Amino acid sequence: MKITIAGESKEVADNLTIQELIVEEKVESPLYVTVAVNEEFIERAAFDSHRLKDGDAVEFLYFMGGGR
Amino acid sequence: MAFTNEQLERYSRHIILKEIGAKGQKKLLNGKVLIIGAGGLGSPVALYLAAAGVGTIGIADADVVDLSNLQRQVIHTTADLGRKKVESAAETMRAINPDVTVNPYYQFINSSNIMELIKDYDFIIDGTDNFAAKFLINDACVMAKKPLSHAGIVRFAGQLTTVIPGVSPCYRCIFKNPPPKDAIPTCKEAGVIGAMAGVIGTLQALEAIKFLTGAGELLSGSLLTFDGLEMAFHKIKLPPRGAGCAVCSDNPTITKLIDYDQPVCELKKKD
Repeated sequence: MKITIAGESKEVADNLTIQELIVEEKVESPLYVTVAVNEEFIERAAFDSHRLKDGDAVEFLYFMGGGR
Repeated sequence: MAFTNEQLERYSRHIILKEIGAKGQKKLLNGKVLIIGAGGLGSPVALYLAAAGVGTIGIADADVVDLSNLQRQVIHTTADLGRKKVESAAETMRAINPDVTVNPYYQFINSSNIMELIKDYDFIIDGTDNFAAKFLINDACVMAKKPLSHAGIVRFAGQLTTVIPGVSPCYRCIFKNPPPKDAIPTCKEAGVIGAMAGVIGTLQALEAIKFLTGAGELLSGSLLTFDGLEMAFHKIKLPPRGAGCAVCSDNPTITKLIDYDQPVCELKKKD
């Protein structure tokens, strides 16, 4: 199936869970990333159970603590 | 308030813009912005807001200028080494534009001083470098209903969002709690390209100017990310202000400010 990650189209396995996508995408700081699917935040507790569907738009939002 | 001839010339490139005009320039001159952190992000914000003629600019920081700061904190010079950052920054801002009243606050923010600091300002800039401060600023601004530009940078990346309390999602809507200490690399540990502070801080200055003048659309309801290696901006549309947010929902569970850093515990021990 096809999903978009950060606006870019990508072919992934059907029924992939968010947790599997996090691993596949080698997401930085996976324990602290915020995930949005189709402009809705997904609770961390649901990462293992939430299965992605064809056409889903996924965003990873990362902590960035620097500035001074 | 009429413009002086000098002001007409100084701000001519603003006044000619249809989105700003003489009206907008007056709004800037009457505007009050507080910059928290006189470092990487705070430097470009302070420089551009002073140059733009924002009438009152507060700047808060309790640090002194260190040699390792100068790679990105462009408001300070080598001659300022060892000086209070807020004094060095205030001097530069006043030199750029005598129209500006600069209020330096030589202090780090905490739960007991932040409400007093932000109360007289129209717009708050988060230019801090740690999660304890970023969450504290967010919560205080939500509670005091102060619009805020949040930003963060690391390595070749940066991101920012504008929070309009009660309207658009806040920092805590995106990130519920600060990560454990040392879980996320800081600029000190991971490094940061100096120009990234310039890119993101300048965008924060632009948001403050847009907020004060009403020009364009604010970056509220979106997180804008920038990857300097790929030279790519990406705007992530955020879910609406969450019913579930601990601080900005209509039924918040966080109603008192929290000091996430250790000094609080240390203070308690001393009692």
